[in-house]
Amino acid sequence: MFGTKEQEGFLKMLVIYGLLICIGFIYLYPILYMISHSFMTLDDLLDSSVNWIPSGMTMSNYAQAATSMNFWKSLGQSILIAGIPTLCNVVSCSIIGYGLARFEFPGKKIIFAIIIFSFVLPSQITMIPTYELYSNMGILGTLWSFILPSLLGMGINGPIFILIFWQFFRQVPKVLIEAAQIDGAGYFKSFLRISVPSAAPALLTVSLFSFVWYWNESYLTEMYVSGVMTKSGWTSLVIQLDNFATNYSSYAQTATNAVTSINESISMAGTMLSILPLLLMYFVLQRYFVESIDRTGITGE
Amino acid sequence: MSKKLSKEEKRNRQKIKPGRLAKREAITGLIFVSPWIVGALMFLAYPLITSFWYALNNIRITPLGKKYTFLAYGNFTQILMSDADFPMQLIDYLVSTIISVPIIVVFALIIAMMLNQNIKARGFFRLIFFLPVIIVSGPILGMLNSQGAGSITAIDTQAITTAIMNFLPSAIGEPIAEIFQNMVTILWYSGVQILIFLSGLQKIDRSMYEAAKIDGGSGWECFWKITLPSIKPLILLNCVYTVVFISNNDQNSIIELIKNSMFSGTTEKGYGYASAMAWLYSLVVILIVGLFAILFIARKDVYERQVKKAKKEAKKERRNVKKIERRSARNAKKIQKAREKRKYKTYDGSGDY
Repeated sequence: MFGTKEQEGFLKMLVIYGLLICIGFIYLYPILYMISHSFMTLDDLLDSSVNWIPSGMTMSNYAQAATSMNFWKSLGQSILIAGIPTLCNVVSCSIIGYGLARFEFPGKKIIFAIIIFSFVLPSQITMIPTYELYSNMGILGTLWSFILPSLLGMGINGPIFILIFWQFFRQVPKVLIEAAQIDGAGYFKSFLRISVPSAAPALLTVSLFSFVWYWNESYLTEMYVSGVMTKSGWTSLVIQLDNFATNYSSYAQTATNAVTSINESISMAGTMLSILPLLLMYFVLQRYFVESIDRTGITGE
Repeated sequence: MSKKLSKEEKRNRQKIKPGRLAKREAITGLIFVSPWIVGALMFLAYPLITSFWYALNNIRITPLGKKYTFLAYGNFTQILMSDADFPMQLIDYLVSTIISVPIIVVFALIIAMMLNQNIKARGFFRLIFFLPVIIVSGPILGMLNSQGAGSITAIDTQAITTAIMNFLPSAIGEPIAEIFQNMVTILWYSGVQILIFLSGLQKIDRSMYEAAKIDGGSGWECFWKITLPSIKPLILLNCVYTVVFISNNDQNSIIELIKNSMFSGTTEKGYGYASAMAWLYSLVVILIVGLFAILFIARKDVYERQVKKAKKEAKKERRNVKKIERRSARNAKKIQKAREKRKYKTYDGSGDY
């Protein structure tokens, strides 16, 4: 009943499944809550007998939230804000990681120490001078303030990506590269032709995570790209959500047709809208997400 | 083993004679890394130094430019002595981080171990436990918390929190109570950690468990003697990751304070004041990371320690031998000199005595 050394017992499996399902429910609870509440009308919210399942499906919450968030414009800009720095991140971090993995040169240990240090250091400490630097360079309030650091391997969570690439390129057999060099390939060519194609899992992991992290970053985006002081046109879904209440009330005042004032359902619908693109991406690419950490060997040492 | 040896050999050879190939490789390596070096100078070294300089000054932005007034540590004393929010928030952050990091890491380990069992629908559960990583971001968490989706009404958290508040002093009790109230958000922070632990657990050699079981070890003993030592580096990795994640999270009220004082128009606040805040905050974060690093830093295992000890002993022995040799040579010289000086006559076994 409790299991022998070889066979897992029935009771033990029951406990494990039970725990997993319970904890899984706790994990999913906010999302389920959000989905169920986003479809409720005001009457359902006030009716205490309606707990989980709304009495009818209304899409009006979504429609109102979407117009107040300026959904399509924010979505497009979100994709740009997350996508372009991600590309730069992949390019720069792969080059840097390859350099660290393949070559021996003086000062390598110091570089590693600084990379780890820069991961631990909160970004707030460098924020003010960086802000001034951008404003002096005239790139504050443009996407360049994200592109430039990510091109130099200093983007959001850049140290993690460099270490992932470093870990991965170390596993590429050196014989392959040497063979290519004997056949006349230069250093850069052997990197492009041999190491990069074999690093597809690392490339995928880095681009997925970088995309997600840039997408979810609201603090730095608000600071540098959308601009606290300089109001540039840039915005993203997450920032829209951050200012949801004020945006919605100004929208409700100016709207010509009658709109309900803000309530729980509408903010839940807004939240749902802002994570929907990522959720869709996750369910399409979930295999790569979940397996990626295994394959890149981030846990290697 | 052989790989390691060959690497060492190579390094030794390089030390003796840095060949042209090695030199060229070093230069190429530096070229590959050069974007990072430029980036580190531009976005790490320069801002660090500048923000330290700012922290020592009061900076006012006038139409003509910035006006600096050197204060030395004036900003720091002002923050610590007379700021209404910052020191309290900092202490809150410190206590709640130190409490919640072990909870998150232990929880992640438990889930990872359960997922590592031979269960069905493993992929499905992994999908669920990894989901928060995708959607965890400041505004979304804030929205969920403010609408009451962050705590589960089915579990009566109120009873637990009041019980805790009664038992513990309020300085410790309040953060713990807060953690219980935001249990879901705490659990949501552990997505990446679960995956890291899981892939670490899968790399442990099965035969080790078999050997332990043949020797009569129970599952409990196996966990403490095999599983835990094997994933010890990962525990440190996860602790550091969790601390960094919590401290850079938008939900953190301290970074909001820093931003607010950066753009505040009052005379005593501004860039200098905010820089001093950021420095204090960074020191606390590094302190916490250092604390966990000291706790979990991977000690070398027994075999390596023995080897090291033996090497040390051999070195000592050699030094001793050398010392004795040197001393005997010196003594011989001395005796020689003394002999020549005083013309000692020693019995050389010939002639009359």
